[in-house]
Amino acid sequence: MLEFKDVTFEYSGYDCNMMDKLSFKVNDGEFISIIGASGCGKSTVFRLINGLEKPQSGKVLVDGEDITLKKNYSAYMPQKDLLYPWRTIEKNICLPMEIQKKSKSEMAQRAEEMLKEVGLWEYRNKYPKDLSGGMKQRASFARTLLTGSELLLLDEPFSALDSLTKISLQEWLVDEWQKHKKTILFVTHDVEEALFLSKKIFIIKDRPVTYFEEYEVPLSYPRTREDMKRGDVTEIKEMLINQLRGKVEL
Amino acid sequence: MRKNLPAIILTTLLLVLWQVIAMGINAHYILPSPTQILAKLWELRENLFLVQMPATMGVTIIGLAISIVLGIGLAVIMDLGPKIENALYPIIIASQTIPTTAIAPLFVLWFGYSIWSKVLVTILITFFPITITVYDGLKSTKREMEELLITYGAGKKDIFFKLKLPTALPYFFSAIKMAIPLSIIGAAIAEWLGAQSGLGYFSKRMMAQLDGAGVFAPIVLLSAIAMVSVAIIGYLEEKLIKWRKEI
Repeated sequence: MLEFKDVTFEYSGYDCNMMDKLSFKVNDGEFISIIGASGCGKSTVFRLINGLEKPQSGKVLVDGEDITLKKNYSAYMPQKDLLYPWRTIEKNICLPMEIQKKSKSEMAQRAEEMLKEVGLWEYRNKYPKDLSGGMKQRASFARTLLTGSELLLLDEPFSALDSLTKISLQEWLVDEWQKHKKTILFVTHDVEEALFLSKKIFIIKDRPVTYFEEYEVPLSYPRTREDMKRGDVTEIKEMLINQLRGKVEL
Repeated sequence: MRKNLPAIILTTLLLVLWQVIAMGINAHYILPSPTQILAKLWELRENLFLVQMPATMGVTIIGLAISIVLGIGLAVIMDLGPKIENALYPIIIASQTIPTTAIAPLFVLWFGYSIWSKVLVTILITFFPITITVYDGLKSTKREMEELLITYGAGKKDIFFKLKLPTALPYFFSAIKMAIPLSIIGAAIAEWLGAQSGLGYFSKRMMAQLDGAGVFAPIVLLSAIAMVSVAIIGYLEEKLIKWRKEI
């Protein structure tokens, strides 16, 4: 699905290298979390995938093709909802389809399906300010899905939410992922969130990033909160936290 | 109404004070009292409302309309790239250093007593705040919102119409609210400097006749027009942009 081949990158104007010959692969339909300390380059990985930044050398491939030759191959969901305050919820989630010049009838139909699915149909004519934080993130996720892309890049989408909303949205997200069979890359700094959501975890340890340490999560789906208390899971959790802790600057 | 109460009280007090002082001085050619001005407005109502006001409003509306088109046009062009901005910005600033009252007689020489000399003065005063404010509005677009659009495959046109334009809309309303009084002032100044009709011209003529109340009456009328127009725009703004505080 997605492949980085010897990608080297640094932001212009900064001396430090963000990435040096980084290679990794993501398979079709996987749910992978990327964790690491702040400023370690998690978001940069996404910016390289969605083309906002270009690698100095190396290649980013999606389905074996260089991304510079492709369009609409990935959908990015930012940390903040970034819903436009002048658009209703329905108009907001239609934005990617408008840009793809989809027909009005198709937009209306797909928006209706999606709004019903994410439980916001009654709110279709409301503005973002009328919605709670959790609803806004669901709207933002709906907008991401309506890009029609198979690869979803979710950048700490739940980090600004209160813990109860966060838990229910995490469960909701796993359901959505299983239903739509998309490939998800999920950036987070929350080890527990990564363990609950994903099949595999990539850890970023140092900068420049030269490799991801990969861990398989020993749980199948569907998962419950109880699974998180299992011995092998807590063991991985402790290990991950210890690995990351050394990297945190106080 | 309750919100306006302090303003009403203060204005009334000031008017009373004015009335008392004017009655004390008792020289209406220097300082006419508010009641004398109102009486004059009534006395001259036909001339003021049917002859002079339409002339001034003609200049104001044409001047304002051209200023809006010019102001927005310049803002949009400057937003296209830093090179264009660097080329235009100094010229726009320079246009504001021209002492309008000094150059206006020149416009009269160029265009005669036609409406265009006055429209030009109005534009010179009015377009600037529109350009600067709308330009700021276009620049206030959030980078991350723009990037999100780019990840959806949006081009420059999409970014302009779907993001920049709505972001700049509240700024546009602020610009119009500033521009209306300025365009009225511009028209009045232009008439003061050289015209054959209009409220500014009329005020000047009354000055020559040492008719204090006659000088003030058209000025009061101009203020009233400006206030009502700004209030209408404010109302429209509230109806159209409910999301202003959310940006």
